[in-house]
Amino acid sequence: MSEAIPHDPVLQQFPEVEWDEEFGTLIVPATKATEVAIWLRDNHAFRLDYCSNVTGIDYLDREFKEKVKNEEGKTETIIHKDPARMEVAYHLYSMEKRTGPLVMKQRTTREKPEAQSLTPVWRSCELQEREIYDLFGINFTGHPDQRRILMWDEFEGHPMRKDYVEPFDYEWEPTPHDEILEKHQKGKVIF
Amino acid sequence: MTTPNTSPSVELDDTTRAELERAGVIVSKVDFLYNWARGGSVWPLTFGLACCAIEMIASATSRFDISRFGSEVFRPSPRQADLMIVSGTVTKKMAPQVVRIYNQMPEPKWVIAMGACAISGGPFKQGYNVLKGIDRYIPVDVYLPGCPPRPEAVLQSLNYLQEKIRTQDIKSDPAFTEGRRQYPVPEFTGTDLEPPYNPDVWQPPANPNVPAEEEVEGEATA
Repeated sequence: MSEAIPHDPVLQQFPEVEWDEEFGTLIVPATKATEVAIWLRDNHAFRLDYCSNVTGIDYLDREFKEKVKNEEGKTETIIHKDPARMEVAYHLYSMEKRTGPLVMKQRTTREKPEAQSLTPVWRSCELQEREIYDLFGINFTGHPDQRRILMWDEFEGHPMRKDYVEPFDYEWEPTPHDEILEKHQKGKVIF
Repeated sequence: MTTPNTSPSVELDDTTRAELERAGVIVSKVDFLYNWARGGSVWPLTFGLACCAIEMIASATSRFDISRFGSEVFRPSPRQADLMIVSGTVTKKMAPQVVRIYNQMPEPKWVIAMGACAISGGPFKQGYNVLKGIDRYIPVDVYLPGCPPRPEAVLQSLNYLQEKIRTQDIKSDPAFTEGRRQYPVPEFTGTDLEPPYNPDVWQPPANPNVPAEEEVEGEATA
């Protein structure tokens, strides 16, 4: 489990797939995920037969500035835009070849988060995709049993999403600190 | 073995009692005998919620040896246990089950809230998913602080509980007069548990900064 798995064959096989140099991950559009996953699992060069980890990621709209020196020696600020999106990351290993990990991400929108379930490809994804559905609200099409796993069934909202607003259940305490102190100073008492 | 002389009807000073004991006569109360036996044989429930449970298990190992205090019989069924050690974070999803298990335990029964989370929610108090203390739904006898408490602290909390058991009065203690105490099981809603606490068991601390007129009105109506 030491050398990085070469990703070029994947890009040649699937032109839709991108390689993210910054994070070292394959970016797969959500519509092609099952196809790519089966190929990665069954291809003799890869044989990624074990999915160890599945994670959801939530990105809000973001802009950041970078100062670059141009050819004349003057500094310019370049504004990078990081669009809002949601991602599901899969960490894949090969038990047969003893290689890995190769990280593969499904990318989807924040407005209508849909991804393809890879549980039919790797059974180990089942509970973790349920957790991502529970906490991020990403719908996994083709999941055999998609329901909440950590929160109770009646729970509303998806708490790991960055726009989640937790219920206001502040109550007065004698020694407030941090967030409670802020709420305390606002003077709102509900009970 | 000397017995505390708390009975109002029998006045017996310690020298007389000691003389009687030398003569082979023990004068005692039924309360004392009951409580002495109960305190020396508390049966905890095999029940752990989080990392505190590991320390509770450690207190039952040979090194710390909870059986020195008569409590080694961890029972897997609430019907056979009389002590519930709430060891660890009580999530809102778990809270109704904890109350339900408490309801199933026969009298007399006691509760130790073990660790910061079971007492108040601990570091997760401001989270959306953790109950802010199990004492909101069931009465707690001993609060055992720590994160997690050492096994020695578990044993000390057991000593405190035994002290409390020794002061029980069979005629007036709710464990013996009210039948099996049961508390309403909270239900899930979209954001929280309903009710958020049982007002018969727990009340939120009063805010001294709230204008006094509200309290005056409350007193006037009451």
